[in-house]
Amino acid sequence: MAIDYSQLIPNNVDLSSDRRLQRALENWQPRFLDWWKDMGPDGTSAYEVYLRTAISTDANGWANFGYVKMPEYRWGIFLADRDAERQIAYGDNKGKPVWQDVPGELRSTLRRLIVTQGDTEPASVEQQRLLGKTAPSLYDLRNLFQINVEEGRHLWAMVYLLHAYFGRDGREEAEEMLVRHSGDPDKPRILGAFNEATPDWLSFFMFTYFTDRDGKYQLASLAESGFDPLARSCRFMLTEEAHHMFVGETGIGRILQRTCELMKEHKTDDVRSLGAIDLATIQKYLNFHFSVSLDLFGQEASTNAANYYTMGVKGRFLETRIDDDHLLTNATYEIDTTENGHIVKKTVPALQALNERLRQDYIEDCARGVLRWNKVIERAGINFEMKLPHRAFNRRIGAFAGMRISPDGKVLSEAEWKASEGQWLPTDEDRAYVTSLMGPAITQAGKFAHWIAPPARGINGQAADFEYVRFN
Amino acid sequence: MAETAIIDFRTRPELYRHWKLALENGVAYLTMDVNEDGGLKPGYKLKLNSYDLGVDIELADAVQRLRFEHPEIGAVVIRSQRDRVFCSGANINMLGLSTHDHKVNFCKFTNETRLAIEDASEHSDQTYICSINGIAAGGGYELALACEQILLADDGSSAVSLPELPLLAVLPGTGGLTRLVDKRLVRRDHADFFCTTAEGLRGKRAQEWRLVDRLIPPSKLVDETRKVAEETAANSARPKNAKGIALPTVARTIEGDTIRYGHLTVEIDREGRSARIRINGPASAPPADIHAAGATFWPLALARDLDDAMMHLRLNETEIGTWVLTSQGDGALVEAYDALLAKEASNWLVHEIVLYWKRTLKRLDVSSRSLIALVEPGSCFTGTLLEIVLAADRSYMLDGTVEGSNLPAATLRLTSMNFGPYPMGNGLTRLATRFLSDPKHVDELKEEIGEALDAEAADETGLVTFTPDDIDWEDEVRLAVEERAGFSPDGLIGMEANLRFAGPETMETKIFARLSAWQNWIFQRPNATGPEGALKLYGTGKQSKYDRKRA
Repeated sequence: MAIDYSQLIPNNVDLSSDRRLQRALENWQPRFLDWWKDMGPDGTSAYEVYLRTAISTDANGWANFGYVKMPEYRWGIFLADRDAERQIAYGDNKGKPVWQDVPGELRSTLRRLIVTQGDTEPASVEQQRLLGKTAPSLYDLRNLFQINVEEGRHLWAMVYLLHAYFGRDGREEAEEMLVRHSGDPDKPRILGAFNEATPDWLSFFMFTYFTDRDGKYQLASLAESGFDPLARSCRFMLTEEAHHMFVGETGIGRILQRTCELMKEHKTDDVRSLGAIDLATIQKYLNFHFSVSLDLFGQEASTNAANYYTMGVKGRFLETRIDDDHLLTNATYEIDTTENGHIVKKTVPALQALNERLRQDYIEDCARGVLRWNKVIERAGINFEMKLPHRAFNRRIGAFAGMRISPDGKVLSEAEWKASEGQWLPTDEDRAYVTSLMGPAITQAGKFAHWIAPPARGINGQAADFEYVRFN
Repeated sequence: MAETAIIDFRTRPELYRHWKLALENGVAYLTMDVNEDGGLKPGYKLKLNSYDLGVDIELADAVQRLRFEHPEIGAVVIRSQRDRVFCSGANINMLGLSTHDHKVNFCKFTNETRLAIEDASEHSDQTYICSINGIAAGGGYELALACEQILLADDGSSAVSLPELPLLAVLPGTGGLTRLVDKRLVRRDHADFFCTTAEGLRGKRAQEWRLVDRLIPPSKLVDETRKVAEETAANSARPKNAKGIALPTVARTIEGDTIRYGHLTVEIDREGRSARIRINGPASAPPADIHAAGATFWPLALARDLDDAMMHLRLNETEIGTWVLTSQGDGALVEAYDALLAKEASNWLVHEIVLYWKRTLKRLDVSSRSLIALVEPGSCFTGTLLEIVLAADRSYMLDGTVEGSNLPAATLRLTSMNFGPYPMGNGLTRLATRFLSDPKHVDELKEEIGEALDAEAADETGLVTFTPDDIDWEDEVRLAVEERAGFSPDGLIGMEANLRFAGPETMETKIFARLSAWQNWIFQRPNATGPEGALKLYGTGKQSKYDRKRA
């Protein structure tokens, strides 16, 4: 049976003339659809969702809006346009033309990076599969599904690379990505944060703000890769990732806005009695998601990160805009680490500190959104400030793992930690309260759950009461 | 004494920093939980359950104690305490900071420990099972290879690997390559792919390629491991109701250049770069109750002394290149002990003591020191102790008595212990290896069991090299020792090892021979340890530059 691949799978990788790729995807695509049905958004097959679909990489093509049933979503394969002159910007291979094929000696390194990145994409879909049942509005439900299908597309992007460039091993790895499941004790996802549950919408917005932002920084440094197809894939993915973080930032902003409105209207801090989420609880969720996401950057001093850089496999954030030699052979970088139970600054070879440098870029980026949230609070005339906790707070990976450190960066005894933990991280009671707000999904266009404000504007210029999802 | 703090091989479970030992239902659980800050020397952190010599000293101690202190244990599980990490092998930063001789000694000791593990499985019916819950890389997988069964968590990420070649430009140092193809019978092309894939293999392919025995979902790994181990223990022939004997810390004193143990003394001659190891025979006839004597039972006590002395000299006295081995005592008493060992061979404790002597003598064989045995008047090189003479590169026996001394003329005596219980690494007895040209001669020597062989007879039967009389003795011996000290130590090590292990190859001889031949060569080459070599640059993020010539 002749299949029109360009219709079924929108792409700019000349799929219709690549037999090897066709064969691989023929096998994989049905498995992907099965996975979507089993592990994707629960009970949503018949929904028609107002989604954006990428059908090409030009300005008009990457955001085509229309109603789509999600299993029929056209998960495409797109790479940002090729720059024929592009050179490797850093490391031992600096100045050489970028690789269009995988260099043999980098095969397993590149494969591992792609698998680790790719594994996070379906993981977040799995983590979020039940959220549709408690959506606070059609607008939010649509955004959730948009993120889900795009995470699915990002999986496709990584699977394309595995299929196209890594032979049999790549095909096996692509299958494994559908076999591992978030939180499965026997086949967990590779990274810890992607095995945590996303049980409520506050967690979801925090996840998209903080954890998807880690994704942005990982993608951005892979967009600097000397392996051109990977770099081009990641550059295109970044355009979609921006929307996910937008959902997170505005979601938190809208919850804050609603909380502050109620505080002001009723002149009380006790907004729980009014059915909203109090500022202290929001801060605790922030603390949790920020610290868990920091772990995703890995060890402060990392040999792997150094190797990736030197080999030209993974660069720094916006590598080409950094003003230095892009070799880092003799450069140093100051990191926070521990010595004899204290947090100290230590100067280490810059090559080994690349994870920490990326983490620093990430923290600065996170802080910008927090400023905007604080503007929301300030505008409402409430005296409260959301804060990012210290980078050493609540860490499980790196130098601070296993230490007890307060949000303002003080080293604590176990007893001190136990005494205050409940003020810094969501308690079971906090989580139960937030869960209790998650009522049945609000399916009437233009209506919003009590605990969240409507958005400032709709999607693609549509009104807030637009019917973003048709349930059929 | 060496200037830096000496490395002490004596430890006991209460002092372990890196392992936990627990016993349950006939199974011992050896759980690896390496203390990052517990390195033997400063300058490196033992991250991700990586190990240095200190970690392996504890492992060796545990393996040894389980055999003697726990006859009721029929299976041993090696596993990790760490989440998703089994063991990441020898610590690379430690290797980078170590001198060449330390690296080699480290590798040698870890090899002996793994062979001791296999010896326990094969001969003591204390079977080792490895339960891998995460990454088992390099030496971590080699530790698994020393076990009889390898269980691997099937979680999509737990993997076994030998990344030495692709990552470090060296070879696995504890027999990994040999055990792959010789023990687990992995096909050579599969092994080739596996050993060049830094991240290794996991799941189905790891099992299909014989790298592991079973895949187990991680949530069931602990229970399944326990089940397999308890079944194995139940089928073990070890005496489940027997009581073990305690192994107290080996007592020794170091005073200047003299090291005193209960049953031997080491005297170091720094100028001559040699050490005289004086072994004392038993003071009295064998006791009636071997168990009651326990660790004071002479054959066991001496083996422990000798074992510790060898390890101490190997690691802490690297410039002392020649070991001169002597003995003093009553050969008839040694013979009586040997007779008891032979008679009680089926007693589990005696069985363990004989196996321990086998391993101790093998340790002597691979100690990379020139071994010269001196058979002097008053010596007692009988049976088990005669093996030391046979292990030596050269032996001198004084013909007759020494003027002015009342010590009786030296004799050698064969016992049944010389004809089977103490095979070398090549699988043959020292006698069979010595007389490869004339296997019949070994049979003829059986006729001589119990005969006191004087220098003339020892010479005639080929048991010693030279038999000077008291007039020539001192000069002959002095010249031999001094000459030895003048040669290149490297050349000697190579020559001696080539000559010592005549006869067939076994997995064991391959492991040691290839370690010393290939690994030591590769360790010295710029591609590994030059300023731009892979081992040197590992962890810096800089890329190694290889000399591309094939040698």
